[in-house]
Amino acid sequence: MTNKVGAVMVVGGGISGVQAALDMADSGFKVYLVEKKASIGGTMAQLDKTFPTNDCSMCIMAPKLVAAGRHQNIELITNAEVEMIQGVPGDFMVTLKKNTLRVDEEKCTGCGECAIKCPIETSDEYNEGMKKRKAIYVMYPQAVPLVFCIDKNKCIGCGICHEECKAKAIVYDKKSEALEIPVGAVILCPGFEEFDARLKKEYGYGSYKNVVTSIEFERILSATGPFFGMVLRPSDGEVPKKVAFIQCVGSRDEKVGNTYCSSVCCMYAIKEAIIAGEHTEGLKPYIFFMDIRAVGKEFEDYRERAEKEYGITMYRGARVASVEEDPLTKNLTLRYSYEGESRSEDFDMVVLSVGLKPPEDADKLAKRLGIKLNKHGFCDTSIYDPLSTSRPGIFVSGAFAAPKDIPTSVAEASGVASKAGAIIAPARNTLVVKQSFPEEIAVEGQEPRIGVFVCHCGINIGGTVKVPKVVEYAKTLPSVVYAEENLYTCSSDAQERIKEKIKENNLNRVVVASCTPRTHEPLFQNTIKEAGLNTFLFEMANIRDQCSWIHMHEPEKATEKAKDLVRMAVAKSRLLEPLKTSRLEVNHAAVVIGGGLAGMTAALDIADQGFSVHLVEKTGHLGGYLAKLPLVEGGMKPKDHMDHLIKRIRESKNITVHLNNEVKDVTGFIGNFKVKLKDVELDAGTIIAATGGLEYKPTEYLYGQDPRVMTQLELEDKLAHKTFHGKNVVMIQCVGSRNEQVKYCSRICCAHAIKNAIEIKKQSPTTNVYVLHKDIRTYGFREDLYREAGQLGVNFLRFPEGTMPKLEKKGDNLEIVVPDVMLREDVLLKPDALVLSTGVRPNPDNVEIAKLMKVCGSKDGYFLEAHMKLRPVDFATEGIFLAGLAHWPKFIDEVIAQASGAAARAMTIISKDQLETEGIIAAVNDDVCNGCGICDPVCEYKAIVIVQDPSNPDKRKAVINEGLCKGCGACVAACPSGAMEQKGFKNDQMYAIIDAAFTGGK
Amino acid sequence: MSTTTVQKTATKEGEDWQPLIITFCCNWCSYAGADLAGVSRLQMPTNFRVIRTMCSARVDPEFVLRAFSKGADGVLVLGCHPADCHYIGGNYRTRRRIALLRMLLEQYGFDPDRLKLEWVSASEGPKFQQTITDFVKEIKEIGPNPLKEDQVEEH
Repeated sequence: MTNKVGAVMVVGGGISGVQAALDMADSGFKVYLVEKKASIGGTMAQLDKTFPTNDCSMCIMAPKLVAAGRHQNIELITNAEVEMIQGVPGDFMVTLKKNTLRVDEEKCTGCGECAIKCPIETSDEYNEGMKKRKAIYVMYPQAVPLVFCIDKNKCIGCGICHEECKAKAIVYDKKSEALEIPVGAVILCPGFEEFDARLKKEYGYGSYKNVVTSIEFERILSATGPFFGMVLRPSDGEVPKKVAFIQCVGSRDEKVGNTYCSSVCCMYAIKEAIIAGEHTEGLKPYIFFMDIRAVGKEFEDYRERAEKEYGITMYRGARVASVEEDPLTKNLTLRYSYEGESRSEDFDMVVLSVGLKPPEDADKLAKRLGIKLNKHGFCDTSIYDPLSTSRPGIFVSGAFAAPKDIPTSVAEASGVASKAGAIIAPARNTLVVKQSFPEEIAVEGQEPRIGVFVCHCGINIGGTVKVPKVVEYAKTLPSVVYAEENLYTCSSDAQERIKEKIKENNLNRVVVASCTPRTHEPLFQNTIKEAGLNTFLFEMANIRDQCSWIHMHEPEKATEKAKDLVRMAVAKSRLLEPLKTSRLEVNHAAVVIGGGLAGMTAALDIADQGFSVHLVEKTGHLGGYLAKLPLVEGGMKPKDHMDHLIKRIRESKNITVHLNNEVKDVTGFIGNFKVKLKDVELDAGTIIAATGGLEYKPTEYLYGQDPRVMTQLELEDKLAHKTFHGKNVVMIQCVGSRNEQVKYCSRICCAHAIKNAIEIKKQSPTTNVYVLHKDIRTYGFREDLYREAGQLGVNFLRFPEGTMPKLEKKGDNLEIVVPDVMLREDVLLKPDALVLSTGVRPNPDNVEIAKLMKVCGSKDGYFLEAHMKLRPVDFATEGIFLAGLAHWPKFIDEVIAQASGAAARAMTIISKDQLETEGIIAAVNDDVCNGCGICDPVCEYKAIVIVQDPSNPDKRKAVINEGLCKGCGACVAACPSGAMEQKGFKNDQMYAIIDAAFTGGK
Repeated sequence: MSTTTVQKTATKEGEDWQPLIITFCCNWCSYAGADLAGVSRLQMPTNFRVIRTMCSARVDPEFVLRAFSKGADGVLVLGCHPADCHYIGGNYRTRRRIALLRMLLEQYGFDPDRLKLEWVSASEGPKFQQTITDFVKEIKEIGPNPLKEDQVEEH
């Protein structure tokens, strides 16, 4: 027996908290997801699109929210805050204060009738005050949980909602309560707050109507926002022609006390500018910025497209001094300095790109929880342990530790799941629920006996659609042996009724006509499963969201349509078949490819939770690039951290290291891979690719020909050994990055150069150091380094995009000519040391490894993740993950967090004994398939192979790998011979539902 | 345009004919967009019936032909925006298939404008409303499906 508690508490329900909760719950731990607001979703739920893919934010996020809301091992505790945490890692007691919603969460069906009738309107926080909501409200339409709450400050207690609520869910006098919950670890993801733009008085936010913040603009862009996605001026509702974005509002600004860079504003401003132009014809965006920090994957491409394709004007190095409003036109005049010149220009609208700051109550939270904050007020972490707070057993992910973008927050969220899991691994599967169901009733060969349940949804359906008529009609349909109406078919008493009626009438199919299957199908499927029916014998007719709600003024037609929809559902239901999900045994070992920082971290994380790991390294030693970083960083030499990891790996019983080895072949699929090395074949349930990156070896600037020319890594080595004696040092940024051949930014070179420049100044304050750059991209807290370097007298010279400094050798002297943007003239420098900030290159081995594992590479040669925002460490091929520089250039702390993330994702697989395949998958009719192979390239998941038919030497056929098929049905539509079928959406079922749409009036 | 105005114009012109439109929606984006239109109480004509598929790439061209042969006056296929597909690239296949199918319909003398492909995301309730409203109007202008009349004659 263990004294560890097999549960974890995640504090904060933004995207980071949701991901951490899902990863923990999928690894056999009970999760309490605590959210301060009434619904989870956080800031991401407010966003219109996400960069750099312009994905619709809600589209990609909603499935995760729903998954968290439905997960049987995640308990959502909303409207609650942490008061106190007592105890030790593995055995904490958390005290929560759960504030009352004044609504019974069990009874509220989320129908929203109360809000329609509520007489009190107030400003809607979700829409940043630009829209109205009622005093009883839900934060946003797709909210999880979909439970209304009463705003106690606005409610006048009129009692209308109480009368209107057919579910009797309103409980005015419901009290707030204190909860005590035992958990083994705590994960903090409280996120961030936007900087209050009112503090920058010179920009007039709050007094000028057409000056809005970036988050307000995000809502303006959204289809669910105040202007339904049109960009309009708040002052007069006119379309603005010129829109200015002002960057760094509340970031990199000593006057307001925030010296750090907020990391995300450059990219979100570019995104908002692009989308604004797309949504509104004739709109011209302008962006005023100091440096554009496009450091992430495909960010630089995005920036370039913004300028070249979308015609966005970029004022680089421009500082806006003030904004003034013309009181008549409400137009805005910007005064700014650009390339050493003062200018002014008129705009119709101004967007302030507000920075990220710690949550307002971060101080109090830190005190209550006993954790330290850093000097910027964010949660204190270290480079080598980026996911731990100062208190053991309490972890942090997302923007609470530093401003960061969504993919980094998501990767970290998985990472904390790995860290928290390591503490409570002995208690895995002790607190999770395993539902048991009665044995399935065999329905094959039986005549269909369909039961139809039609929901009134209070008055949401019944107020428009004549539900009794629909029920009477349903009774006349073939195979329907029972039909009834319910006030709320989703209520728990209705579930019992459905089960009773299945027994009484020997029903073998159930149709519910109510709301949308997207939210409610799993509930009803579970109900019929409890009555012994296969879950796939269920069908839904959406007569609320897609009928009564959108035809409110046409009750007759809506009723006819509802009948049609029920008839269509019944027609499909008649042909439904029970589907078997098969179970695949899972191998509990992992293979990690690459023995650098990412690979070693991932291997140790997995080993720490008791699973065996094979660590495969191509060279004769572990460590990768860490060995080349001898200067102290974050209080320790990276090399010392490497030695520490190597020592732990040697001591670990769970890790087998394969040095001087490489992957020769990979077969199998999720849960059951076979990885062939030079000398041995390994069985593994999962694979992590951490093959690292390479330093670009320059061919330019006399590198390799003149001993005074060196790379930053070489300089670091000299500095560490105190053998660097240059007196006039010139550093050139972007050598081998952001040029015609390699367009991307290598992310790490700016901070690396500045770290070395500071070290030079510390060793020899009289040495002149010049850093020649296009932008300085010291995002996040690395901005402190940039500031420190400036204070130590390091000179920064900006040269224009599209140019590079020129080197000439005059006699024995090196001469650098650089076009200085500020001075608007060429500057001549005569260095005795020329340091090249060389970029990162993808590992060329990636191409071959990608082929072996059947995964994709990005156009730049790095590995391509399944989804750039929300699946940052997953490959599209299930069961394979990626981490470190194999994904993209990144810093030590980022590599560690991401490697832990990949480890956690891998452990969601190997912590299970069996994997259940999806029910709705493709199936091949062997008799019809002639093995033409058209389906094979259509499959995005590489789930189809064409094989020789063992029983017929003349025949080839397609075989579906049930472990890989996701059930999209693309192959089915592609199959020319009709051999391919999608279970649950078979051709005959689809024809039945299509045909039934036309037999109206019968 | 609201539903009521659509109908009034129709009656004024002496047409009591109401088209029937089959709308295929993918589960992840456009079906969610249709739901959001409902949640937002966006009103639109009743002339369409939604059939859900997991991905728009499941919409076999034969489904479209079946709908037309049964008398659908218009068929609308809705999917995730390019690059948003839940199944990575299903919508690109849909785009190619529908383009080909429209050519094919035209070659057979059937008005290809009766078949339309649109992208509707999970947050585009208003776009769903607009797409439905516009398409109903377009189909009203095109008139009834000639195959439907053939069917009547046959019987």
